[in-house]
Amino acid sequence: MTAELLELTVAQAAARIAGGDISRAEYAAAWREAAASDELNAYLWRGEDGAGEGDGPLAGIPVAVKDLFCTEGVQTTAGSRILEGHQPLYTATAVRKLVEAGAGLLGKTNMDEFAMGSSNENSAFGPVLNPWDHGRVPGGSSGGSAAAVGGGLAPCAIGTDTGGSIRQPAALCGVVGLKPTYGAISRYGMVAFASSLDQCGPLTRDVADAALLLGVMQGRDPCDSTSVGIEGGVGAPDREDLKGLRFAVPAEFSGDAVEAGVRAVFEATLKRIEELGGEVAEAPLPHAEHGISAYYVIAPAEASSNLARYDGVRYGMRAEGAGDLIEMYESTRAEGFGAEVKRRIMLGTYALSSGYYDAYYGRAQRVRTKIVEDFRSAFAEFDFVVTPTSPSVAFRLGEKTDDPLAMYMNDFFTVPMSLAGIPAISVPAGLAEPDGGGPQLPVGFQIAAPAFAEQKLLDAAHALERAIGFDAHPHASGALYAPISDIKRTGSGEGDDG
Amino acid sequence: MSGELSGILEHVDRIGELDLDDVEPTSHVVELENVLRADEPRPSWPREAVLEQAPDPAEGAFRVPSPQAE
Repeated sequence: MTAELLELTVAQAAARIAGGDISRAEYAAAWREAAASDELNAYLWRGEDGAGEGDGPLAGIPVAVKDLFCTEGVQTTAGSRILEGHQPLYTATAVRKLVEAGAGLLGKTNMDEFAMGSSNENSAFGPVLNPWDHGRVPGGSSGGSAAAVGGGLAPCAIGTDTGGSIRQPAALCGVVGLKPTYGAISRYGMVAFASSLDQCGPLTRDVADAALLLGVMQGRDPCDSTSVGIEGGVGAPDREDLKGLRFAVPAEFSGDAVEAGVRAVFEATLKRIEELGGEVAEAPLPHAEHGISAYYVIAPAEASSNLARYDGVRYGMRAEGAGDLIEMYESTRAEGFGAEVKRRIMLGTYALSSGYYDAYYGRAQRVRTKIVEDFRSAFAEFDFVVTPTSPSVAFRLGEKTDDPLAMYMNDFFTVPMSLAGIPAISVPAGLAEPDGGGPQLPVGFQIAAPAFAEQKLLDAAHALERAIGFDAHPHASGALYAPISDIKRTGSGEGDDG
Repeated sequence: MSGELSGILEHVDRIGELDLDDVEPTSHVVELENVLRADEPRPSWPREAVLEQAPDPAEGAFRVPSPQAE
């Protein structure tokens, strides 16, 4: 019975709980047991209930929540040593809405420190392992949430996406990941990284579950003045074909930075779109290739401002033994922040400094305008823009930790949509071998839509997902797992590369 | 670290090649107009609860080392 319960999608389970076919307590107990078997380091904290209390569309559904969301009385670390043990006084609006809809808090998931990373290796609490191959990364920064859903440790999860942090780990772990339009869901209670880009979204087994969670979480919130919600709400996706819909493939994205296996799955998916009646054509998106450059100025600049609050005074850790106040600030940040966070604070403060502001921050904001205009032109003729979600399948732990720029290039396909603030979803499209060979791993297919066109996006993704028929079971892949004891568990908080 | 930062900035420098003279900067992607809300007082967090999270609370306040070295 337990195994059968864990096979249900969230929508199926919610319907059976509401209909009295399965008990709330039994369902939550099954998931608590599954979560407790975590060998992936996906969870930083696990709850003792998970069944929830409220009535609503998510009654009885346990949810895994990225440790970036404030949860009253429950530790919220954002993957950082500087917030270890921190217990917020309030709960993030997105989480509050899930709980009010009947969901329970199953656990808080591991992540790259302050959401800065694409492999989860920047967590101060050790990397998360990919459920398909324990020697590989789950992606990041919402790697714990993606691995929990992909590895059968949670029925659904939420994460945050600043430049790809929901979509890329979803792709690498074989699950659905949706970054909604900027402003669709309140950011209140999300630990801030880059405020003009950060957005909450669901990681789920299928598109219908993503729609269910989005429908519950979206909406205007007086506590976040940039939130607007989605007019008309979000309903269950029901489209079965793609007739009359036009899909744009960015002409500039066909470079050879994409792995052969990923390219093959991408092209097979384009064929499937055509089989479903959709039309596929190339469209110019000339500035998207500069997305990485603009993003790695804008996001660190905003982060350098947001992270100034961690000073060892009001909450979080304080370094011991400091002499005066300035020394206390300095040693707290030196000990509390990991290498990637320090790197981005330095990049950000440099980009904002007098004499360099126009050359970096000013220009990056103008590139952002050009990217927004590129998408606007594309959507004048097309319904969607499609790309591979990530240039590669999951890479090996440690493979890119010494080369920050190579790590940043993971976000090549996801960053443009973040800069434009538009919604994008990653749907598992199949399996592929990494370049150089090895067991087959999941490949994500990204679909982007105009701002606030989430319903249309989910409908199309649902039709495509049905046609693909992806089997989301890591154990079916026959992947050889690295013994857990062989994995070096070091967080970025333990070493500073100088 | 300095070598890594230089590598990243070199990559970023590519946007220097673009002609952006007549382009307006984008700081926010959703078109919103500024609105004012009624100025209604709401309760603040209880002082004790806030101080419970502080590394070094003392006498109802946050204690910090002296700003001036001794």
